[in-house]
Amino acid sequence: MPPLRRSWRLAWLSRPVNMIGFGFFFLVVAAGLLAPLIAPYDPGLIAIRERLQPPSLSSGHLLGTDHLGRDIFSRMLYGARVSVIVGASVVILSSLIGIVIGLFGGYSRRFGNLLMRIIDGVMAFPEIVFALALIAALGSSLTNVIIALTFVYIPRVARVVHACTLALRNQEFVLAAEALGGKSFRVVFRHILPNTLGPVVVQGTFIFAYAVISEASLTFLGVGLPPGTASWGVILAEGRNYLLDAPWITTFPGLAIFLLVLNLNILGDGLRDLLDPRSRKLL
Amino acid sequence: MGAFLVRRLAGMLVTMFIISTLVFIITNVVPGSPAALILGEDRTPDQVEALNRELGLDRSVPVRYVQWLGDLVTGDFGTSYYNDNSVASVIAGRLEPTLMLTFTSALLAVAIGIPLGIIAAVYQGTRLDYASMVVALMGAALPNFWLGLLLILLFSLYWSVFPAAGYASIFDDPGDTWRYLVLPAITLGASHAGVIARMARANLLEVMGADYLRTARSKGLRERSVVLGHALRNSMIPTFGVVGVALALMIGGSIVTEAVFAIPGVGRLLIESVLRRDFPMIQGVILLIALLVALVNLAVDIVYALLDPRVRYA
Repeated sequence: MPPLRRSWRLAWLSRPVNMIGFGFFFLVVAAGLLAPLIAPYDPGLIAIRERLQPPSLSSGHLLGTDHLGRDIFSRMLYGARVSVIVGASVVILSSLIGIVIGLFGGYSRRFGNLLMRIIDGVMAFPEIVFALALIAALGSSLTNVIIALTFVYIPRVARVVHACTLALRNQEFVLAAEALGGKSFRVVFRHILPNTLGPVVVQGTFIFAYAVISEASLTFLGVGLPPGTASWGVILAEGRNYLLDAPWITTFPGLAIFLLVLNLNILGDGLRDLLDPRSRKLL
Repeated sequence: MGAFLVRRLAGMLVTMFIISTLVFIITNVVPGSPAALILGEDRTPDQVEALNRELGLDRSVPVRYVQWLGDLVTGDFGTSYYNDNSVASVIAGRLEPTLMLTFTSALLAVAIGIPLGIIAAVYQGTRLDYASMVVALMGAALPNFWLGLLLILLFSLYWSVFPAAGYASIFDDPGDTWRYLVLPAITLGASHAGVIARMARANLLEVMGADYLRTARSKGLRERSVVLGHALRNSMIPTFGVVGVALALMIGGSIVTEAVFAIPGVGRLLIESVLRRDFPMIQGVILLIALLVALVNLAVDIVYALLDPRVRYA
């Protein structure tokens, strides 16, 4: 890597806003990965006698306990793990499929339009409704939530890639590659694809945030993850009945989702400045 | 304008066709037959077969699809698996709270978002700008079910200002309706107010550098009329599009908000139906939501074309 570009990237990361956005995301990922090592209790350990204890440093329950006496801090750590698994899986799967659809839709003159029409039709649909329809058909489980949300977010990636591909298709380096006899497959994957990745990464950051919120929403509605799971959505849904007596149960998972989504949005905006110079400073 | 309208209506029909096909595919690839799910654990194969015949599920999928589409065109949305009510009449009975909630939330989001965006753009780079954008960013990141719970905790449980749950129909009890709508509308509107504020700011800033604004300034116009009279009007066209998108998203977002505040609207109906695996009802609600979204988009397109002649001829 040439030194000039490296310093530019370092300059980007050293802006406090970007550092906070990246730092918090990293913290959640670390908490999720290391949950079994950090968590003081088993997230499912029921201790009825210690139920509904408020947060305190001395009692051993840093963030208090829920209606079954389970340690909220431990459940939060394992919840981070669920959010990271859902977010990362949905981003990776929807990006892979969305890229292929977007490239094909932008490059193929014959089927491209039809394909993008279908994508537009799906996008005209509120995301949560689409997810609910899929969950209704598939049944609720972690895998099915990931599958449903992947389908929901494919159109976002496909649209971005499609727009990039349309713009790149007539650029001179692409025409040159075609003129030199490059096969469509090679032109698309060697020459067009790398130039669409910047916007895809930006979109991926936002999709991660949406996926975290959507999973929690579906779970809160009772159709996402099963009740026993230690996930932020489950803690919120279960704590809802103890809103007045034990507000801490709903406060911490809500706060965690809020902060994660906020920081992912900040990170996404920062990445857009870095990777997509046209939109710089506008948003 | 006539040709434009025809084109847009045709586009809307195509979208609705695609969505209804998708809905049919999704609700018909169910692993395990609905009959088995309805009958539960103590079912006999004979019972399943009889129920399948009763529900019309013994025919092949393409035949069912054609029949289903034909019924839809004639306005027949089928009957619920759960209780033999007509899907259309059940949905009609649940429509009012959802529409009221969406409409109030949209008003609120516009009333907060647009002034916030304008202030931020006019005072670009100042602390006021940063403060408004931080508020907007935070609003956009708040999970609305959590915001709803916090509002219930503060305004219903601690201070008893607004009811925590339920709804009073505007036809029965118009004086009370708004009290039930305040907290849900804030819940649903907050995130969109943030998005609208950010877009209003971006659109206004984009216009601010235009040549005709320099002209307006150089002929001695006061900054106030430059911004409010010249810049704002043009920047509102794309902002209006964002409001349309937000309205469409709110129709979906109302599902979660209705669940938090126990509002007996279409969203609650959808959740109940998903939990009961009442597929005709699920199909009906989803098509209705898709239709509402398509109508909102159509209305946005029409207003867009009225505001900006270039759109009509594009």
